Amino acid sequence: MSTYNFDYLDELEAEAIHILREVAGQFEKPALLFSGGKDSITLVRLAEKAFRPGKFPFPLVHIDTGHNFEETITYRDQMVERIGERLIIGSVQESIDQGKVVEQTGKNASRNALQTVTLLDTIAKYQFDACIGGARRDEEKARAKERIFSVRDEFGQWDPKRQRPELWNIYNGKIHKGENIRVFPISNWTELDVWNYIRREKIDLPSIYFSHERDCITRNGQLMAASPFLNMDSDDIVERKQVRFRTVGDMSCTAAVESDATLIDDIISEISASKISERGARMDDKVSEAAMEDRKKGGYF
Amino acid sequence: MNILKFFTAGSVDDGKSTLIGRLLYDTDSILADQLEALQSSNRKNDDGSIDLAILTDGLRAEREQGITIDVAYKYFQTEKRKFIIADTPGHIQYTRNMVTGASTANLAIILIDARNGVVEQTIRHSYIVSLLGIKHVVVCINKMDMVGYNETVYSAIIEKYKVLAQQLKLSDVTYIPVSALKGDNIVQNSGNMDWYEGESLLHFLEKVDTDNLDKSQLARMSVQWVVRPQTEELHDYRGYAGRVLSGTFNLNDKVTVLPGGASSTVEKIDFFDQTLDAAHAGQSVVIHLKDDVDISRGDTIVNASALPQETKLIEADLCWMDTRTLDTSIMYNIQHNSKITKCKISEILHKVDINSLEKHAAEEFKLNDIGRVIVKTADALAFDLYDDNRANGSAILVDTRTNLTVGALMFRAAVE
Repeated sequence: MSTYNFDYLDELEAEAIHILREVAGQFEKPALLFSGGKDSITLVRLAEKAFRPGKFPFPLVHIDTGHNFEETITYRDQMVERIGERLIIGSVQESIDQGKVVEQTGKNASRNALQTVTLLDTIAKYQFDACIGGARRDEEKARAKERIFSVRDEFGQWDPKRQRPELWNIYNGKIHKGENIRVFPISNWTELDVWNYIRREKIDLPSIYFSHERDCITRNGQLMAASPFLNMDSDDIVERKQVRFRTVGDMSCTAAVESDATLIDDIISEISASKISERGARMDDKVSEAAMEDRKKGGYF
Repeated sequence: MNILKFFTAGSVDDGKSTLIGRLLYDTDSILADQLEALQSSNRKNDDGSIDLAILTDGLRAEREQGITIDVAYKYFQTEKRKFIIADTPGHIQYTRNMVTGASTANLAIILIDARNGVVEQTIRHSYIVSLLGIKHVVVCINKMDMVGYNETVYSAIIEKYKVLAQQLKLSDVTYIPVSALKGDNIVQNSGNMDWYEGESLLHFLEKVDTDNLDKSQLARMSVQWVVRPQTEELHDYRGYAGRVLSGTFNLNDKVTVLPGGASSTVEKIDFFDQTLDAAHAGQSVVIHLKDDVDISRGDTIVNASALPQETKLIEADLCWMDTRTLDTSIMYNIQHNSKITKCKISEILHKVDINSLEKHAAEEFKLNDIGRVIVKTADALAFDLYDDNRANGSAILVDTRTNLTVGALMFRAAVE
């Protein structure tokens, strides 16, 4: 038998490709949820590996809070152009204008929670039966128990107590009409795995992942980008900082970390040494110990 | 660096969650904010130290009740290896969760409370390990601190377990005396047990042969998707996308496509922007064949000189996973890799009392029951026996009324 080098990144990659192809084979109308963050960018590369030279058997779907980092949108549009695949945008602003959701007020107002409604509306409008997302089990303790094929009822709800057993590498995608499945091909990857993969594959990322100068304010011990989307008052002191972002989300809920990391290698050594987990930079998880579980039950990504 | 997937079975009282918490804690895999959440939690050990078990209890109901209900996956890595832990509850009512966690593991950790020795649940957990064909077993004799780190206690337990291991045909068993609570022999070798000359648990996990790579000659690939760009420049491109389940496909290998039995030759192996000389177990690739064969999703491409079984009657071990009992009068879907067909459980041969390992005749299968059945499928399946080839010897049952996964099947024999 010939020998070959099949390391942990190869194994994670092969598993994710297998999952993506199962989605293609088992569903009528799948979609890939694309946020512009590194995890969904990784999914796009994995989809290329799964389906090229053919087209993706699904469109990309971006749930746009309207409070994006400009760099993310530029990146998104260039990427879609490069890969030549279809992009569908679900707009939170539209949901607000239609009166379906009400903008939060107060100092910690964010559109993050409003995304759920827009997401569910977009799923209903296009009748998606499977939505591929870039969530990972190492992010958060409720996610640690979620299946790779995770069933949502017609209200988008996740029921942690009624999860299907998921055995071997066999994924049961059978659902009733109205239900849909969230699929997480990189469930078994850690943040560091994603970064190592991005380095190995030489994947371009939005510039906000790398160190840059930015006006920031400090909220609840975290650095937030000063922007028109953040409700600021006279107590808030704007400071110019050298920062980068570890996740890409709504500008009003994604915290920056002070960093000089300008290259992927710098980021990888920074993360290896880091003592704050990635979701620690998300204010939306801090509300209670069960914050993520509650949001997932309500239909969140 | 490669990946070791292991699973731990144990009950609350064995300190299983504490053991995993300890592995994460002592390998520096807990980050500052998680630690902060941990410290601010109300749950503490009797001596006021952090209750490490909280790290693996993800769902609210579990935190409230202080038990593990579901399978939780945890990740950590050292310089030598990446680890994926499937943490499962150990009570008999969670047998299905154990089976689920064990299905993807290549090593099992069995915890024994040094004060109690080999008990009913030790038998149960070990049975599941043998049923699911997990190659490596590490028996951790835990709570050694509670028995004064006494070697005699440890040796007596080992002697007893060896009898069980032999009965269950577990060939690769390693024994380690530990205290998860105090950290003895988990990451560092303990100073409290000089009589123990083996390695700490982590050191053992770092070097055990993972055998991720299937070295068998049973080249198998279940076709998931046919890549057909149908563009002008790729007009005739037709590739079969799938993950190699086992063995190796080399260029020019003679292959057979099942069902149907058509013969062809491997013409080209694509992997995104590369073309490969061979595709090995675990790799997700696109295979091209020389001949124009009608192949669709769910078909299996196999090495022509080592054909799998191909029958509609299969003897299999079944673990029932649904609250609704097995109905032998109705049809279920059986999913074997990417192939889905209808089936019936045509006969229940016996059930196993997994606490005593006794077999007995049975009429019905309830939640968490395990036993031997005959499965009758609508289309023939191209399968291998589970012990020869885990990836091509397993399947799930899906209830078409609820769409739930209701059974796990391990193929044991083709019925002539």
